[in-house]
Amino acid sequence: MGVAVRLSGVSKKFGSFAANSNISLSVEKGTIHALVGENGAGKSTLTKIIYGIHLPTSGEMVIQGKTVHFTSPREAIKAGIGMVHQHFMLVPELSVVENIILGHEQTSLFGPLSLKNTKALILKDAEAYGLALDPDALVASLSIGEQQRVEILKLLFRQADIMIFDEPTAVLTPSETERLFATLRSLRDKGKTIILITHKLDEVLAVADAVSVMRNGEIVGTVPAASVTKPELARMMVGRSVLLRVTNPPASPGETILNIKRLRFRTPQGEERLHDLTLNVRAGEIYGIAGVEGNGQSELLQALWGLAPVGSVISGEATLKGHSLIGKKPAEIALMGVSHTPENRLRHAVVLEYTIAENLLFGRHREPAFHKGIGFNSRTIKSYTEAMISDFDIRCSSPERQPLSALSGGNQQKVVLARELNRPGISLLILAQPARGVDIGAIETIHKKIIEARKSGMAILLVSSELEEIIALSTRIGCLYKGSIRHEFSQEEVALKREAEHEFEKEIGLHIT
Amino acid sequence: MNSKNLRLLIPLFSLLSALAVGSLVIALAGRDPLMIFQKMLHATLGTPYGVGQVIFRTTTLVLVGLAVAIPFQVRLFNIGAEGQLLMGAFTAAMTGTMLPATLPSLVAIPLCILSAMAAGACWALLAGVLKVRFGVNEVIATIMLNFIAQGITGYLLTWHFAIPSTVHTARITVNTIIPTFGSVTGWFTNSPANLSTLLTVGVALLFLILFYYSRFGYEMRAAGLQPEAARYGGINAGMHTITAMSLGGAAAGLGAANIVLGYKHYYESGMTAGIGFTGIAVALLAGAHPLWILLSAFFFGCLEYGGLTVNAWIPKDIFMIIEALTILLVISFSAFGKRLL
Repeated sequence: MGVAVRLSGVSKKFGSFAANSNISLSVEKGTIHALVGENGAGKSTLTKIIYGIHLPTSGEMVIQGKTVHFTSPREAIKAGIGMVHQHFMLVPELSVVENIILGHEQTSLFGPLSLKNTKALILKDAEAYGLALDPDALVASLSIGEQQRVEILKLLFRQADIMIFDEPTAVLTPSETERLFATLRSLRDKGKTIILITHKLDEVLAVADAVSVMRNGEIVGTVPAASVTKPELARMMVGRSVLLRVTNPPASPGETILNIKRLRFRTPQGEERLHDLTLNVRAGEIYGIAGVEGNGQSELLQALWGLAPVGSVISGEATLKGHSLIGKKPAEIALMGVSHTPENRLRHAVVLEYTIAENLLFGRHREPAFHKGIGFNSRTIKSYTEAMISDFDIRCSSPERQPLSALSGGNQQKVVLARELNRPGISLLILAQPARGVDIGAIETIHKKIIEARKSGMAILLVSSELEEIIALSTRIGCLYKGSIRHEFSQEEVALKREAEHEFEKEIGLHIT
Repeated sequence: MNSKNLRLLIPLFSLLSALAVGSLVIALAGRDPLMIFQKMLHATLGTPYGVGQVIFRTTTLVLVGLAVAIPFQVRLFNIGAEGQLLMGAFTAAMTGTMLPATLPSLVAIPLCILSAMAAGACWALLAGVLKVRFGVNEVIATIMLNFIAQGITGYLLTWHFAIPSTVHTARITVNTIIPTFGSVTGWFTNSPANLSTLLTVGVALLFLILFYYSRFGYEMRAAGLQPEAARYGGINAGMHTITAMSLGGAAAGLGAANIVLGYKHYYESGMTAGIGFTGIAVALLAGAHPLWILLSAFFFGCLEYGGLTVNAWIPKDIFMIIEALTILLVISFSAFGKRLL
């Protein structure tokens, strides 16, 4: 087997900032080569160089034995490189087959499209690689996992030999992930070269043949996946040893803070998303809700934070120390002593254009402590900002000038958590997907802070689709399935079963599918 | 080059290119551009009267610019400054004729100004309410409201309030007239520049503070930038939409007061002459920033009045082309510049 991609001494500078420095990498033909690293380590810059979006500042790139200087993705595509982006490049209004031939119609502008032949080709590819799809279906009607299959078929149709996958599992359910991995393996077995960008180490170990670890724009090492362990990879990535699972000392829960009784939620479209959901969260414990996304998590969060869409019907009870939360506005709920980090950080928790300091204030800007006249007290805010930055290890250069968008996902999430965990007088903390899109080093900090908050006596409701996270943090675990808690693991059970994590994950898995 | 320099260079470059294109058009019309520009410069900034004229026009432009810029802070496109200006102007003239002549000016003038602002605000408020309650696109709503305002003022003027065989209303009572600088300090003699300019600068500064230094502005901009996050943060985005539209309309109403109470002293058909639309260009060129609006309004003010002064050499139509081209160039360049940044 030869080398599919060889980089030697490749650097990329943006102004004075070196996003990639002196990268040397060779990817063997017919292998799955994983590229791991924390957010901001330079993975995406490197892939953009290979895919022709960025021109390297210096260095040499050899594709299939030929030295290349791509000036656009078009040239990269011609050289047999394809990429599945994290955010799919599909036209939702077009059918699968139309999307696949888009840009490669192989006909004159006004000539008829050869849809029939193409369809046959696509079906053949689909069968060969386990990518079952209806070629006539509209892309808008497909699930995320199916849309990803369209992207892969697109690459096959263009006869790409080198396929780059950018965080392909970030949006997939566990079973879809398994299925994707099967496809990746069969692609490799048919001689395709796959570059897999990810920060999930379990996945790397499960599917990759070789792993290159990036840190601060450099490749710190390339190792065969079979010869490396997860903690070793994590250490290479972060540059120090990381606790992959925080220590979770036994909890001694107090009085019940949040009490949800027979909660029902019907959407404006008439779908029943919560069905007699009953649970309670006590002071000083973390109640973890495990479940595949779409089983009512979002609706539960909307109901608890006063954001149910107009026209939805909520019945049943949700009380905080006896006072109902249902029907109140977010600002009122916050005043009652509730804090919430939403599922979708970028859309709901921050204003990207605002500075870090302004974001640390967002949603808490009504607190009189920050006020001065009609504006804000810049001195109080400055000291608060500094305290949060050092306490939560937020990596930034100038919090009063840098927009939040300049930070990595992990640091953005630290900003949100710092803000929400430190609201004065909170008794209930609702955390949704606290580690989503966050790298390992930051996860460690975030999990530690969550445990600390629990120790300080807060009641915490944790909603996460990552079982690993649920098991690591929770005091009790409720398995959410089709809008109700199907099974609940008691404190003793969780403490006991946490020791055999894989077994426990499987057991929970049975209750949520 | 860093992005800060670029941000300053782009408007400058766009203005220069606009001048170049303007010269070309003048040359095509058979005149010497240099001579025309010299005449313009002299007539606008070379005499106290010219400066006064420019100040007067700049004042209205600042206010219609703000009328567009304030809603833009919540990402709403107010195309309706013209309609708000019309409603404000008509109301100012009506209040001005109806107030008793015995009322002291210190009461009468503020009353008239407030009525104009209220009329503008109500007109814009309609679009805001339509947006929040029914999700009607504010661009369409404000355009339609422009037509309706034109209809209402036109009807009321022609059928009820016009002095026979003229196209204007009766004069406002003397105690509601905003004094000109000429009559108070002796500056810019005979020009229409009046004390509402001072008020306008104050209003621009007020909005600067409101946008960037107050909690209100913090909420308002957040609601514009990330409406969904604003809801999570307990911010009432709908309220901000309505407030921003109303404040914008009120600014346009103040602009109307400048024209009616400070200069014309009656309402006349066609007196706003589309200046409300120039407000869009003023706001865009200034990036909706209240201080930059002062500057961009001044530029458009010079252009407007300058165009009038060279009427003898350059037909009005040609100058209309130049003005529109300038706006187009400036907007294109700023859009292009934003992509570069």
